[in-house]
Amino acid sequence: MSENTVAACHELNARRLLCPMPVIRVQNKVKDLSPGDELKVICTDPGVKQDIPAWCRINGHEVLSITEDKHEGDIIVVLRVGG
Amino acid sequence: MTKQQLNAPSQTPKRKAIALISGGLDSMLATRLIMAQGIHVEGINFFTGFCVEGHTHAIRKRDQDKQKRNNALWVAEQLGIKLHIVDIVEEYKSIVINPQHGYGANLNPCLDCKIFMVKKAMAWLEEHEFDFIITGEVIGQRPKSQRAVTMPIVAKRSGAFDRLLRPLCAQNLPETLPEREGWVDRSQLFAWSGRSRKPQMALAEKFGIKEYAQPAGGCCFLTDENYASKLQDLWQARGKRDYELDDVMLLKVGRHIRPAPTFKLIVGREEGENNYLQGYRRQFTHLKTVSHGGPLTLLDGEASAQDLDLAARITARFSSGREAQEVIVRIVTKEGSEWETAVAPMPASEIPQEWYV
Repeated sequence: MSENTVAACHELNARRLLCPMPVIRVQNKVKDLSPGDELKVICTDPGVKQDIPAWCRINGHEVLSITEDKHEGDIIVVLRVGG
Repeated sequence: MTKQQLNAPSQTPKRKAIALISGGLDSMLATRLIMAQGIHVEGINFFTGFCVEGHTHAIRKRDQDKQKRNNALWVAEQLGIKLHIVDIVEEYKSIVINPQHGYGANLNPCLDCKIFMVKKAMAWLEEHEFDFIITGEVIGQRPKSQRAVTMPIVAKRSGAFDRLLRPLCAQNLPETLPEREGWVDRSQLFAWSGRSRKPQMALAEKFGIKEYAQPAGGCCFLTDENYASKLQDLWQARGKRDYELDDVMLLKVGRHIRPAPTFKLIVGREEGENNYLQGYRRQFTHLKTVSHGGPLTLLDGEASAQDLDLAARITARFSSGREAQEVIVRIVTKEGSEWETAVAPMPASEIPQEWYV
């Protein structure tokens, strides 16, 4: 990515979806994004902590962070789209 | 050969196969065999809604320490291939509701399912300009869909014809396009048949595959007798054979108790299930014990005031106040009305066994 290019940040609500649905939603969303874009996925199924990173590894994307909001019960995965 | 010819790119394009990856060992081995022949392979996995993949584990609190990996993703990563997961929930309904080749022991439309998935893989293949399809089928491995007589039916009715290669039993079947064209060497494929798992285990060892999923009773809830019974009940109560994804998910959760044809109760069995059912509380009339710790109960259907009283007594029966004289239960209708009622918990002996779906 060139220095002049600003990566876009996108958000995806995958609350209440059980795996593999969050992965499918991520897969379908990423198809429309550009390399370098960031995607924040908000989930509730703990399975995403394994499945989204696994999906990213085999498809060349990078997980930047996985955090949990215990109060809301959310699991937030941020990933960067690969080239 | 001239220097120019030496530098020219190879005229033979690398052939590409799409493998149906279930997450089990057979499709993993079939893929590995074809990769060993220099073919570029990518995986495809279909989500029907009925897949036994961590859903219930994710819901139930007691199972939350168990590994919740998606086996198809895990297999793809072990093999070093891409995996495309395809949501076929809507399209799959017609297969479950009206299978042309009938059901297996329960509501499992295995043969129609296999035809459908190979057909979807064929469409993907054409769109992405791949050359052939691989499955991990073995003749005689499954009583409904993997028999000598069903192999040509799947190939023909899916429209894949000779682009469908089953590497584990290929030598028992007519030559396919990739074998005829020399893209793969038929002599390196197998002639397995029957239900034995020994050849699979031996090949896994040869490939250095030490870990793989061994789903007991298959990978689909439709093969499960209890699940099939709940789905039949849902169809009967609604007077039509149809379902939504939420129905499919809710059939996996809680005790299902039908005191009358007009309504059913879904009673959470533990904290994880109660939390999951909470997500549906705006779509259903629901009940929760207030004076004692207890389950969240969803009421599916239409209920009179008398029915609601019965639902409250059943909810109280599964609370920690089951032995108490009185339990306070909050009732919230799907329209938003809300009130509390004091009820005597229904003794377990008064809930007829036939109410349990």
